[in-house]
Parts: sequence; structure tokens; C-alpha cells
Amino acid sequence: MTYLSGKDMTAGYGGADIISNCSIEVSKGEIAVIVGPNGAGKSTVMKAILGMIKLKTGKIILDGNNITKESPQLRVRRGMAFVPQNKNVFTGMTVQENLEMGAHLREDDIKETLNQIYELFPVLKEKKLQLAGELSGGQRQQVAVGRAMMTKPSALMLDEPTAGVSPIVMDELFERIIEIKNTGVAILIVEQNARQALAIADQGFVLVNGQNKISGTGSSLLSNNEVRRSFLGG
Amino acid sequence: MTYLIDVINALALLSNFVIIPAIAYGSQLALGALGITLVFGILRFANFSHGDLMAFGTMITILITWLFQSYGLTLGVFPTALIALPFAIIITALFCVLIEKTVYRFYRLQKSPPVILLIASIGVMFIINAIVRVTIGPNDRRFFDGEKFIIKAGQFKEITGLNEGIAIKSTQVLTLIVTIITLLLLFWFLQKTRTGKSMRAFSDNEDLALLSGVNPDKIVLITWILAAALATIAGTLYGLDKSFKPFTYFMILLPIFASAIVGGIGSPIGAVVGGYVIAFSEITLTYAYKKFFIYLLPENLSPTGMVQLLSTDYKFAISFIILVVVLVLRPSGIFRGKTL
Repeated sequence: MTYLSGKDMTAGYGGADIISNCSIEVSKGEIAVIVGPNGAGKSTVMKAILGMIKLKTGKIILDGNNITKESPQLRVRRGMAFVPQNKNVFTGMTVQENLEMGAHLREDDIKETLNQIYELFPVLKEKKLQLAGELSGGQRQQVAVGRAMMTKPSALMLDEPTAGVSPIVMDELFERIIEIKNTGVAILIVEQNARQALAIADQGFVLVNGQNKISGTGSSLLSNNEVRRSFLGG
Repeated sequence: MTYLIDVINALALLSNFVIIPAIAYGSQLALGALGITLVFGILRFANFSHGDLMAFGTMITILITWLFQSYGLTLGVFPTALIALPFAIIITALFCVLIEKTVYRFYRLQKSPPVILLIASIGVMFIINAIVRVTIGPNDRRFFDGEKFIIKAGQFKEITGLNEGIAIKSTQVLTLIVTIITLLLLFWFLQKTRTGKSMRAFSDNEDLALLSGVNPDKIVLITWILAAALATIAGTLYGLDKSFKPFTYFMILLPIFASAIVGGIGSPIGAVVGGYVIAFSEITLTYAYKKFFIYLLPENLSPTGMVQLLSTDYKFAISFIILVVVLVLRPSGIFRGKTL
């Protein structure tokens, strides 16, 4: 039951292709993780799926609809949410305003979702009137994920959510992501911390030079000798 | 006792010639600087046509005022321009939207760097400048009617028995009241409304705002409408308080830019504070303090010169110097501007 998939994607920024014939897929209630060495095109895959760069070949399917030609804004309306790696909060706005901005497109009452987010990230409730720019890296990341969740997305995409946060915060963040997954959201994560990410992944995709190298369940990749040798440090 | 009266006289003198005029002038600069800051916060370029936009808005106010006056429609003690103002705001806003659609939109869609938009705005400045001069002429025009003073200097002297009078012009009070109302409305809009928040979000982090579903065309349109409204209000208040002359409105661009930058360009509160900083600096530095010191100092120490730090001819130099000093010492301005 694949919910969101990118099939045979080839794309780049003008010159050479960064990714070629790359395929990624994720189902509802599952976490798919993209790992790979630096410059493998992990973030580019994410941007291609979101529509921030044009595909040369291939297509993007969301819930059975071909959305390859749609703008990122339209995809957001369709239920895709994205947490960028950098600059992922409105630094000059309060935590609460950040979350409200996430729900910008919604016309219904957002109170309930807001409370759910505060339940998921209690620290945000404490700091709801503080400027997001004054928070620590881990708290900011929580704001960023919270903002994305405010749209009540069916597919959540996270670009290196644990970059630059301490190991303790990282574990906690991953736990929250599992909780979100359990509500039936399809989650796609690009990660540097390959071992921890694969440990929570239902599906794993190892990317090398913009191509699928190995794919499989998270645990099968963790026990795969080649993957261990090349990416997990033995 | 007589010395106390001397001190009160000195303070009355200072209020009359420095404090009250500076508050009025500062309010006008603040409103102008807010327009610059809004455009910068959203569109990320310094809009050089803002001074002439103020002239355009004021010109429309004047034309409508004349129209009303020709029908015999006046506001009694208040200037007729007050009823003309809302109509002038609407027309100037439409004019701004027209410029956005015909000029700026093209560069925006091309994602041109800010400097190209800035140069385009200089072109727009010349065009508006020409439109204004062709329509209403380059001469000085006074369009104030109604009661000129709330308190005349003579009346004040009579009531208080002081040597120095404080004259309060109705345009000064009007400027202050209109400025306060405008600021309250604008800050309420930016802080509390959905559209205002999305404007701040867009200014803060454009990509993330787009990802949140903010419609950039709507934001840009509202920005121009607000800029037009602020320019028209600022220009009309300035014109009522002094007089309307297209060239003066071109020159006022410098103190307005200085206000926006001193406060921290992109920060609305900064623009307001900057406006008053520039106004008070200009007036305190060019005022001749001779009489003030005659009241305060014993007779044998009375100054013989004018005790004027700078001639009023240099008033623009003051904005310029403050601008340079701020850019060197604290480039982000008092309020560390960048976003709304």
C-alpha cells in the first residue's frame, strides 16, 4: 500500500544530474529513511519529491494521483508537509505563531491540533510565547516538526531532523517521530545518523551517487555487511 | 522666585520651538519610514520612489480637497483634507498596485536581485515626479483650511503671564493623533490578524512561508496598499503642517531613509523610533539657543552669539551624518532590523 512514491527520478540543478533513476516509496503508518554518504543526493531526492526542483524523467505519485507537474504549494495543500534542514522556523515569531503559521491553509478550528502538538512536545507549551529564534537547537527542531504537523499532513518529510542536536535530544526526537508515525502518517526522513535512523525505519534506502544502491527493511540494512562496512563504520 | 520663572520661560521657549515641532515632524518621518520599512521587509529592496509616492498621494488629497471646497463642502474647524484623505488613499493604493503589476512584478517573477528592483524604483521615482509636476505644477501650495491654532502664543502668554508663549498648531495635534491611530492599526494588523502574521512570516523566512501555503502575490499586493496608505497619510500631514511642494517631497527621502535605517530597516518599531531620533536631532542641532541661555544664565554670562550648532541650511546634513555613523557603528540599526 504505497502512499507516496517517486519513481525513476532523474534531476539536477542545471548541469549534471544529481540523482538518476532513483526510486523511493513510503506507505502510511511507516517510516522510510534515506541514508548515504555526503553528496549522494539525499536532500535532492527530498526536493524532487516536494517539487522544489523539476524532474527530467520519472514521476511522483501521492495517494494514487500523479502530482509530478504540481507546484510545492499545491502539494502542501494535498497533505504533504516538509521540514527543511536549515531555516526551518520563523525566528522572529513566537512558538505559538510558528505553529499557527503551519495551519495557515486550514479554515477549521486548529485548537485541537495545537493541543496535540503541545502534548507531543510539552516544552513547546511552556515556551509558547517565546520567540522561536531564542530556543535551543533541539527545541527549534521540535517547533519545526510541530509547524509541519499543524497542517494535519498525510505525508511528512524531514530533511536531517537531528542535524546539530545532542544524542539525547536526537533519541527523543526519533521517539516523537515514531509516535507521529503511529497516527497513520507516512514519514520520509533523510538522515546523516544512519544507524539510529535505520533502527526506527520500516524501509531504508541507501543512496550512492544519486542512485539506489541497496533498499530493504531497516533491520535488514542494519545487518547487511556491505552497508555496515561502508556507512555504519563496521 | 524670579529665577524659577526664568526657567519656566526657558522651557516654554524650548517647547514652542523645539519639542512640539519635533514631535510633529518626527511623526511625519515615522509614517514615511514605515512605508519604506514595510516594502523592504517584504520585497527586500530600498524603495527610492517613496518620497515621490508621498507627493503623489498628497497631490491627490489636494485635488480632492479642491473638489470638495468647490462644492462648498468643508469640515469647519478641521481641514477639509481630512475627508479627502480616505479617497486619496484608495486612489494612491490603486496607483501603487498598477506600478507593481507593470514594473515590479516582472522583476519579482524573474527573481531579480534587490539592486535591480532598487534601480527600477529610481525609474519609478522619476516617473511619479514628472506626473506630479505635470498635474499640479512645481510650485508651493498651501491647502490647509479650518482653525489654524489650538492655542496662540499670545493667548498662552495672557493665561500664564509668562514672557514666552507656546503656540500649538492644530496641524501638529492632528499629526500626532492621526499618527497614533495609524500606528495602533498597523501594529494590530501585523501582530494579531491572520494576514498580518503571514506578512511577518513571509518577511522572516520566505521559503518556509511558501511551504506553509502563504500566497506571495497577496502578500505583495497588501504591502503596496499599506505603503501607499502610509505615504499618503505622511505626505498629507506634512503638507498640512508646512506646505506642499514636489521638490521638498523628493528631498524628504533622505531623512526618511535615515529614520528607517537608524531604527533598523525592516523593523516597524525601529522606523517609528528612528523618525523621532532624526526629527529631534535635526531640530535640536539647528535651533539657536541664545534666548534659552539668556533665561537660564546670569546676566554677565549671557551669550553674545546665536548659540546655534548648525545653520538650518545644514539640516539634511544631519540626517546624512547620523546615517553614516549608524551604518559604520551599528549597521543593523537600533532594533536590529531585517524582518517585520
